Amino acid sequence: MSAHDHAQNDHGHANHGHGHDDHHDAGAHGSMGSYMIGFGLSVLLTAIPFWLVMTGYFANPQTTAIIIMAFAIVQIVVHMIYFLHMNTRSEGGWSMMALIFTLVLVVITLSGSTWVMYHLNHNMMPTMSHDMSQMP
Amino acid sequence: MASASPIDPAFLDKDGNPLFHLAHEPHHPEGSSTMLGFWMYLMSDCLIFACLFATYAVLGGNYAAGPGPKDLFDLPLVALNTAMLLFSSITYGFAMLAMEKNRVGATQGWLAITGLFGLAFLSIEMYEFAHLIHEGATPMRSGFLSAFFTLVGTHGLHVTFGCIWLVTLMVQVAKHGLIPANQRRLMCLSMFWHFLDVIWIGVFTFVYLMGMLR
Amino acid sequence: MSPSPASENSGIWKLIFGRLDWSSLPLHEPIVVGTFIMVMLGGLVVVAGITKYKLWGMLWRDWFTTVDHKRIGIMYMILGLIMFVRGFADAVMMRLQQAMAFNGSEGYLNAHHYDQIFTAHGVIMIFFVAMPMITGIMNYIVPLQIGARDVSFPFLNNFSFWMTTAGAVIVMMSLFVGEFARTGWLAYPPLSGIAYSPGVGVDYYIWGLQIAGIGTLLSGVNLIATIVKMRAPGMNMMKLPVFTWTSLCANILIVAAFPVLTAVLALLSLDRYVGTAFFTNDMGGNPMMYVNLIWIWGHPEVYILILPLFGVFSEVTSTFSNKRLFGYSSMVYATVVIAILSYLVWLHHFFTMGSGASVNSFFGITTMVISIPTGAKLFNWLFTMYRGRIRFDLPMMWTVAFMLTFTVGGMTGVLLAVPPADFVLHNSLFLIAHFHNVIIGGVLFGLFAAINYWWPKAFGFTLDTKWGKRSFWLWVVGFWFAFMPLYILGLMGVTRRMRVFDDPSLQIWFQIAAFGALMIAAGIACMFVQFAVSIINREKLRDTTGDPWNGRTLEWATSSPPPDYNFAFTPVIHDNDAWADMKKRGYQRPLTGYEAIHMPSNTGTGIIIAGLSIAFSVGMIWYIWWLAGLSFVGILAVAIGHTFNYKRDFYIPKDVVERTEGERTALLATQG
Repeated sequence: MSAHDHAQNDHGHANHGHGHDDHHDAGAHGSMGSYMIGFGLSVLLTAIPFWLVMTGYFANPQTTAIIIMAFAIVQIVVHMIYFLHMNTRSEGGWSMMALIFTLVLVVITLSGSTWVMYHLNHNMMPTMSHDMSQMP
Repeated sequence: MASASPIDPAFLDKDGNPLFHLAHEPHHPEGSSTMLGFWMYLMSDCLIFACLFATYAVLGGNYAAGPGPKDLFDLPLVALNTAMLLFSSITYGFAMLAMEKNRVGATQGWLAITGLFGLAFLSIEMYEFAHLIHEGATPMRSGFLSAFFTLVGTHGLHVTFGCIWLVTLMVQVAKHGLIPANQRRLMCLSMFWHFLDVIWIGVFTFVYLMGMLR
Repeated sequence: MSPSPASENSGIWKLIFGRLDWSSLPLHEPIVVGTFIMVMLGGLVVVAGITKYKLWGMLWRDWFTTVDHKRIGIMYMILGLIMFVRGFADAVMMRLQQAMAFNGSEGYLNAHHYDQIFTAHGVIMIFFVAMPMITGIMNYIVPLQIGARDVSFPFLNNFSFWMTTAGAVIVMMSLFVGEFARTGWLAYPPLSGIAYSPGVGVDYYIWGLQIAGIGTLLSGVNLIATIVKMRAPGMNMMKLPVFTWTSLCANILIVAAFPVLTAVLALLSLDRYVGTAFFTNDMGGNPMMYVNLIWIWGHPEVYILILPLFGVFSEVTSTFSNKRLFGYSSMVYATVVIAILSYLVWLHHFFTMGSGASVNSFFGITTMVISIPTGAKLFNWLFTMYRGRIRFDLPMMWTVAFMLTFTVGGMTGVLLAVPPADFVLHNSLFLIAHFHNVIIGGVLFGLFAAINYWWPKAFGFTLDTKWGKRSFWLWVVGFWFAFMPLYILGLMGVTRRMRVFDDPSLQIWFQIAAFGALMIAAGIACMFVQFAVSIINREKLRDTTGDPWNGRTLEWATSSPPPDYNFAFTPVIHDNDAWADMKKRGYQRPLTGYEAIHMPSNTGTGIIIAGLSIAFSVGMIWYIWWLAGLSFVGILAVAIGHTFNYKRDFYIPKDVVERTEGERTALLATQG
């Protein structure tokens, strides 16, 4: 936002005396078309990973893992755009900022925890973590 | 000290003197902060899930000589469940579109269908859990199973609350129609519902699909 | 605790009372029984007084159900002060025990009691003293500073307060019914697991924090939304008062960090109630995951505590130096950087637990980096004072004391950030001295500065200076007496949480520390006398101007105390330090043209849900399942019922506004 715009808005409202009941950000709901695009994409992005894993298409599980992770990330973005109507304008950009901040923290929490705990396990329980990796 | 900084012309009165206050109350539309506030709540919820995912990532390999994902997960069932949630997402979208056009009947209808898909999702999940527990794969069996049940169960609990909320809103829409307050509430639930969808993408990818690859 | 034989064979008792029975009452602890009698007598006097003067109706209407951010702010402060007395009593008991327990003496506290005391001290001071007081100050001041009428979600604000209070009630209950956790303030498993802590102590801990945590989280969301959406026209982000900026960052940290605490405590309760294997030693659990997760919350938490006070010091320094704050934008960026970095340092709390060189170096470096923006802030304050016309009123005295004390604490923190040094100092009294050095020197001194600074705004009269200065000197000197010995003891290798000691040469240091604690006790007493004397002499100390310190920010533009609606007209902001700017530009208070003002209405839903939450927690703690179930259903029903109420606001009529403002005009006229 520029809080400046915000101020202008309020100011404008004041000048008009009375505003309307509720104002939503334009395009906050999406349209039939955008919902259908989102739905089609997410069906596709869900079906392919399931198919890849269920058929064992790639011999190397690591390849599959990387691909399905990529699909998941793309699908999350699709949902954000088409279902949650995220854009850089809603709430003057604060929603997007909150989302980015949260994603950074999610990444820190996930990667940090696994990194820290991997090292802890590695240093403190060498035999056990070794055994774990041999488990079915 | 520096001299006074220049003033935005919007805040000068007719004679060019600075305004110190608004002559009339600015119109803060009721509930104008609600969507942002609810979004922030969702972000905090997202971090709860992040912790559960992190716990699953760390404990997910600790089977304690018990069953692992490959012994337990039934991917077709998970696929069916995912489909239920996806359908409920698009039907909620239809409800929102109907709400835009101010059609109460259509809105209620789509909300009801959404709720049914939600219930179907929950039933399938409960069937899955009951089956696992019946086989002895209880949450107490191993660190892996504790983390699995908690992560998936917390998502399920959210869907349950979503369903209760949905019914509440349907009653309120029936009582008062699509007044601005109800529209706002429906939009909040819409965010909640789609947010749970996003979490589920993480769950089926990270827990179920990756589990089968271990 | 094992059930007594009488109840053991009685299934019906179990069904009704769970594991609660007569042996749960700590009748064998004379100290607890004495406290209980005192509390009961005091409570009776208060209740009788309220009944005699027929104040219940007023309390319910004007305070308990209020959605006014100012009244809620004051209630937070009262909660914080009450809990502070409890937390400090714990501190004095520990200091006395440690000063006595030498040469074969066991001191006067048994291990069971002592372990509860150090746990309760930490939990109460952080969650029920520092957090409520900070939230209280933010609640009171932030809407005023941004020219708003209230917060974004006034009902949630009331609800948050009562949930915090409910958490405090649950923790206090443990003093008299059952026991509190004996695990240390973060309740590390496996000690806090059901195998090693089968009693109710850890359950009290869990539910107290979970219930209060809901309140904290919601008030965080509320204040962020308020600052983002409710600013007066013209106040863009770089014109926000610094206190509001630091509050914004602290609340962002609250919303980002408290979910982690909620999640990790939920996992611990699953371990305890359901028998899952998250943090157990067997069945594939990993107790270190708890330590990891709780510090992901825990480190941001310390910045949640300190950031708003950095804002207070900024306001006080610039006001009492009669100068604009030096380096406003660097102050803002430093705050933002601290907020983000605070999320990247959590491992420094467990350097010694074996993550190895690479991990430790990363977190050691990030920890040291965080001292850079903090240092920048300190220089900003110093440069603000440089060539300013400094007035050494009480808020400024606390600020200077903070600068000296906090810097020492910060430097010992950097010492601890060096992993090899931490291997020597970890878990020692050096660490205890360090964090008390920053929390007392930073958070508490900041709160005292804030109380002395904003008291006249909240109550319309300034605080007595004589008793304030007595309190100040006793506190500051007492602090150094109490904690410097701990640094020395820590360097000698004395670990924390010890009840008895073998080495008689250490005793003198503990006695000095106990002396310091008693000085602080005198300082606290002086503070309460200061309040009392000020209230008695309120007519003499009356502030009729609304601006007793020649303030710079918007809260000083309105009367003291402010009217319910804060500002008769929504202010328009042209520059930083809006009120100083208005005064400079020759602002004239408008005397006509008032309008009716739209305000939120009061509601009792918050206190009802909080009461049901207490019942729910009691049910969970004592395994009284019917109570837990019923109260949970009750909470849902009341919450859903509340959403059926669509009429949540009212208008303050024009003539009421005219009358209120007319009184102020008359009052200002007496000033001449």
